[in-house]
Formats: sequence, C-alpha cells, structure tokens
Amino acid sequence: MKRTIPGLRTLRRLYATFFLLLFLLLLFAGDFRRMQGYDIPLFLELDPLVALSGFLTSVTVYKGMILSLAVVIPTLFLGRFFCSWVCPLGSLHHVTGLGLFNHRPSASHAANSYKPMFRWKYHLLIFFLIVSLLGGMQAGLLDPIALLFRSLTVAVLPMLDGLGFPIYPRTPVFQGGLLIATLFLLILAANRFMPRFWCRVLCPLGALLGILSRFAPLGIQRDVDLCSHCNRCLHHCQGGCDPHAAWRKSECHLCMNCIADCPEGALHYGLPKSRSSIHLPLDLNRRRLLETATASLVMLPFMRHALSSVTTDLPTIIRPPGSLAEDDFAKRCIKCAACMRICPTNALQPTLLEGGWEGIWTPILIPRIGYCEHHCVLCGRVCPTGAIRAIAVNEKIGQKPFDTPIRLGTAFFDRGRCLPWAMDIPCIVCEEVCPTSPKAIWYRPVTISNRDGVSVILKQPYLKPDLCIGCGICENKCPVGGEAAIRVSSVGESRSTTNRMLLKANP
Amino acid sequence: MSQHPEKKPPQKVQATWSRRRFVERMGVLAGVSTVLAAGGLWIRGSEPVRHRQEEIFKLKDFRVPESSRHPILAIVHGNHVESMVREAFNTLGGVARFIQKGDRVLLKPNVGWDRLPEQAANTGPELVASVARLCREAGASQVWVTDVSLNDPGRCFVRSGIEQAAQQAGAHVFLPGKEDFRATDMGGKLLKVWPVNRLFHQVDKVINLPIVKHHSLSGCTLAMKNWYGIIGGRRNQLHQDIHTSIVDLAAAVRPTLTIMDATRVLKANGPTGGSLDDVVHHETILAGLDEVALDSLALGHLDLTPDKIPFLALAEARGLGRVRWQDLNRSETQV
Repeated sequence: MKRTIPGLRTLRRLYATFFLLLFLLLLFAGDFRRMQGYDIPLFLELDPLVALSGFLTSVTVYKGMILSLAVVIPTLFLGRFFCSWVCPLGSLHHVTGLGLFNHRPSASHAANSYKPMFRWKYHLLIFFLIVSLLGGMQAGLLDPIALLFRSLTVAVLPMLDGLGFPIYPRTPVFQGGLLIATLFLLILAANRFMPRFWCRVLCPLGALLGILSRFAPLGIQRDVDLCSHCNRCLHHCQGGCDPHAAWRKSECHLCMNCIADCPEGALHYGLPKSRSSIHLPLDLNRRRLLETATASLVMLPFMRHALSSVTTDLPTIIRPPGSLAEDDFAKRCIKCAACMRICPTNALQPTLLEGGWEGIWTPILIPRIGYCEHHCVLCGRVCPTGAIRAIAVNEKIGQKPFDTPIRLGTAFFDRGRCLPWAMDIPCIVCEEVCPTSPKAIWYRPVTISNRDGVSVILKQPYLKPDLCIGCGICENKCPVGGEAAIRVSSVGESRSTTNRMLLKANP
Repeated sequence: MSQHPEKKPPQKVQATWSRRRFVERMGVLAGVSTVLAAGGLWIRGSEPVRHRQEEIFKLKDFRVPESSRHPILAIVHGNHVESMVREAFNTLGGVARFIQKGDRVLLKPNVGWDRLPEQAANTGPELVASVARLCREAGASQVWVTDVSLNDPGRCFVRSGIEQAAQQAGAHVFLPGKEDFRATDMGGKLLKVWPVNRLFHQVDKVINLPIVKHHSLSGCTLAMKNWYGIIGGRRNQLHQDIHTSIVDLAAAVRPTLTIMDATRVLKANGPTGGSLDDVVHHETILAGLDEVALDSLALGHLDLTPDKIPFLALAEARGLGRVRWQDLNRSETQV
C-alpha cells in the first residue's frame, strides 16, 4: 500500500476549488439586478475570528455569525482544516505560491520547515482579541476573509471592470484603493520568498484555529520505522508544520500533500499507531505573550483619547443608513467592504484617517461620488456583523408603522456658490432631485433687479431641516463643480443622540 | 612586488572590420537615420496633444409625412391601456402609417426615478408594453426601450415595472453605460454639441412616451421636456435656462409619434413625487404628431395655462408646433 487514505489531497483540492469559486460567485453576483445582496456575507459569517471578536466587543453573536460554529466544532476534532480546504485567501496563496516560489528541493525544504517567526500570528491574535475585549473591533484589518473581500471590492473588481470585464454598469472608484491594492499585492508577493507566508506568519484566524485544534485527536501521523528521512514530505507542505520530524498540530493546514508525497507510505491522517512519532504543542513563550497582552491593553485607551469619530462627532463621517451609533459601530464594523460592494451609486467609500486610526477602512458616504438611493437598503442586508442594521424600506423612508425616516445627516446651502443665490442664475436642481415627499428643499420666488437693472424672477432654494434625510443626492447632482453649493454634514443623523441641532428632534 | 608577478586574465580581442562589413553597416545606419528623420518630420505638430477627431453625429428626422385625412391629436379615455393605445393609433391613421415592416423602433418613456408605477413619476409600464406590442405586430424588426435615468438606472427600470413589461412585450431594454453616448450636433440656440444615447443614431423610428407630471422649475414635464432623457454629460446645467433648453431639445429630436400617459397624473412634489396623495387618476392618453399642441393640451391635467409656461410660446416661434391645440384637427373618444 502506497497511501493509507488515497485521495485525501484530491478531495482537499476539490473542496478548495469549490469554496474559492463560491466566494467569487457571491462577490460577483450580489448586486441589485442579480441576487439583491443574497448571502454575500456567507464566508464572513463562517469566520470564527469575526464571530469571536464581535462577541468580545458586544456580547452577542449576530444572526448568521452562528454559522462560524460550523468551522469551530469540526476544528476541535479534525484540526485546522479551514485554511487549506475552505479559506479563499488560503487557496489564493496556495496557487500564488505554486507560481512564484521556486520549488527546488533544497529551497522548499528550507522554506517549508517550521520557523520561530510563525509565532507572530498568535501575538497579532492576542492583540486583536484584547482590543476587542475592551470594545474596539480591529480584527478586520487582518482577518483573511475581510481582507480578501475588501481588496477584491475596492481594488481588484474595479480594476478588472476598467480593463473591459463587464462587472458593473458603471465602473466604481474608491478612495485609497491603491493602498489596499498594494497591501494585497504585497501579501501575495510574499509567497515568492516563502509559500503561504501570510497564512503561516500573519493570519490571526489561522492562529485562532491553531489554538482550537490543540486537542484534536486526529492528525498527521509518521511511522518512525517506515520513514527513511528523505524529507519529500516538506516539498509541498503548506503549513510549515514539520511532518518530517515532530509534527506541529497547530501549524498544519491538513493540505495532505505530505501524505501524497511520501514514497514510503509512512504518513497517514488519523489516530496515532504504536510506532507513530511524537507531536509538538504550540510554540509560545509565556513571557513574550504577556508583553504583547500588556501592550494591547493600553492601545485602546490611547485610541479613545485621540481625535476620532468615536470621541468626537465629525462632520464628514456620514455612515450608511441603519448604522449603529458610532461607539457601537466601532464595536461591530470589520471593514470588510461588503456594503461598498453592494452600494448601487458608489457612494460608500473606505475611510483613510478621516475617522481617526481606529476607523480606518470603515464605510462613509461621500455625496460628491454617489448618494444614498432612497429605497435601497442593501448595505444593511449584506453587513455580516450588524454594524449596519438590516432595515426594511419603510423603516428607512419613515412609512407606517415608522414615524420618522432614517437620517444620515443634514444638507446645508452655501449661498456664496449657489447659482440663484449668488449669481442670479436659475437652477434648483437640488429641489428637483430631492426624494422626500414633501421635498426637504423648497424655494421662494423672488423678483430682483440684476446688474443691468433688468428685473428677473428667481427661485431661491431653502432647506427644511426636519424633512432632510441627508441622502446627498442634492450635493451629488449640484451643477456647481468642485465643492458643491449644497453639502451634507453628519449633524442630525438618526443614530446619534449628540450630533443634533434641532430642539424638536431630540428624542 | 616582484615576487608576486601580476596574473593577467586571458584577454579577448575583437575581429577586424572588413570593408564589406563596414559598408553594409553604414548603409543600414543611414537607412535607419533617414526613416527617423522622415518619421520625425511627419509626426511633428504644433499641438501639445493630438486628439483623434471625434465624429459629430446629427439626429435624423424620424417624422412620417403629414396627412390631412387623419386628425393630428387623439384624446382617448378609458380604463384599459392597450385598447386605448390601439384606438389612438387607429384614429391617427393606423400603426402601419408610422411603423413599416423591418423598422427598428425606439421607445422613449420617462424612467427617471426609482419609483413604483402607482407613484406616477415614470411612464406607466402598461403604456410602454402596449406600444411595444403594437410595433411588433406591425412588423418592427426590433423594439428598444431606453432612458437616461437620474436615480440608479438598474433600480429605475426594475421598480418602474418597465423592464419586465417591455421584455414581455418583445422589446429590448437598453441602459446606456458611459461608452454609449455619441457627440451630437443639437443645432440649438443653447445646446450645441452634446453626448446623445447612441441608440438614437441606430434606429428608424422614435416614439416619445412621456408622462404628465408637475415640475417645479419648468412648471410641468411633458413631451418636449422628456428629451432631457436622451443626453448624458452635465445635463443638470440645463436648468440655468430651462425653457430654451427644452425648445432646443424638441427642435433636435423630431419623433415619429408622441403618446402621453395621463392615466395617473402627478400634480405636486414633482418630478420625483413619492406620495400617493399627489397622484390623481385621469385615465386618459394623448397621442399626436404635434408636441407643442400635446404639451399645451396636457396642461389641463395639471391646472395650468399656456401663458404660465414660457417654453410653449418659444417652441411655437421656432416652428415646432401650435400652442392653440383647439385649432387643430383632433378626435376625442372613450373606449
């Protein structure tokens, strides 16, 4: 018998291909004219790191996040199978590694054996979990599913569309897209030097699954009598888990390449036999971990005493409709960009530092790029964590049984730029496009004597703030280029109890 | 020093040049130099950037010849849109007068907004479907439905019901993307060259399908104003002289026929509407060949009079039609 369980590698390849294609299909087909946001967040809901961080920040496992148990429970028994069988970013790294890394035997044996550097991911995990425990969701920065979703949405899909692949009716643009693209290319390029550098060294989800798999009864077992120490098992090893020596359970992705590559049939996946080699536990130093934990403990207090959207109501932080109040939003948003993928007008954009370091890559509405479509609620439908609540259309527009619409902010006229106000030119495009009924923008017809002494009738626009929902279509369609003559600011947003101006609107 | 004699590496030397090799090489280099000099002079120009000359299109006249045997306006009241459309066509001389076998026909409803049919911000889907079906029956090879929406086009066409209705009636729906506009000479007082939805240059007949609606700047949006929906670019600047713009557009696009939807009429808060309280049911369609007369006639549905609407007189002065629809040959029927 050459293989104890023939075909495990083939099975893994089938699973990995299936899940990568499913991920891309959900990403591609989610828009309004296709699947209307259906199950775009499936992979984010399967992600135990998102579920755990969310639980630590806000003591709930939101809706579909319970699906992450479908990864957690099998991991307890089987080991870290997610990384090579399910994770689309893992599969992408696997393929990239095959292409970029030079698999000469000497090079791959050196690159694929365990290195102390692999501990970094556990330190990153500790950092993210402690920050979460104190109320700040930062895991999305490096969570592999959020990272992949964000990179594809903000950088890769628009790039492909621009090259001529028909993905969108209108090619979207994203601010800071190049930064996200560069980071994505860098982690892919790291496979040039070590296959699956990301998965082995940086991935905090991999670290979490590694810890969960600690007590798994099943594993890769090496028969010390049959093994001839040829090291071929290292040749295509994905985890860097030393199957040729003392196997490291928490590092292994169960890619099953070692079993398929072993000429002696010395390796099998299952329970140990009488002559199976020993395994090594997690390679962690308690003192180093304590140092990381201590540093993490003070990070959030530092963040919370710097200017950010959590500490101050900022005028440009206009969140999508249904967003939680900013401190709760910071506890939930994992920066996955699912809302930006689904937004039909390209209005939702990733922040850079507008909301402070804490808010990096969270969604804001930039009215000059797009506006909030009055009857659209897709961003809340696709948000996996509930940072944007799943709202119904009648709740958004304030129809029965709801009394008031959801407001994102309030629009303000800039009379120095407005054509009828400053230049005696008729316009009121803002009034035309205002979607509320009755319209928040209204006008007063005035007869004025212009520069040449001719009397002209002008309709000068005004805004009734308690009718304005801050959707931004007025700013978007304003014919005054550059800075518009009417601009939305976040004041008056429904989600905040402090960012208000009207006495009557107080709850 | 001397006890370490310098170790010289073996030195390689070049081959000498034969006369033949020299002459050949000089010939090739002279040839390359000549081509470079000639090419340089050829591509030399006085402009810093050379743009490809963009072709400027002109819209053709889609009208059919006038006929004194048929009325110019048809007013049809009723509850069944398809019968009303058939009646209107029959009154005006039959579908065959307007659509020949093999024609490519373009329908231009108002699909500007992400609204439901009952909110009356867009042309009714039943009207679009009925006209499409009649054109297909008359032998049109293709029937297209298009508009340049103000809200997200995908949502507008789906939620207005027009996409589904048109496709069921055998028409194609076309949502223009950014590549789908052609620079077009509008020949207007205000509008010179504007990007126009390319379909208008690729069809034989155009039928205007506006809805009767309130509009705060121009007072109303009817047949002539519906041509806003064929242009791209920064068309929100047209508000700065909306009456001249409307007349320029109506002068540039001369449709085969206009069929106006006054079944549901949005009387206030236009052109977006939203509240059913602003919608009244007049259960009428107005069809005809004179857009000015039709617009003037439709004012009755909005409680307006022609003297309040400057673009009507401007259009008449431009020779586009008659404001006094009462003077024209018309028929009013109930089906």
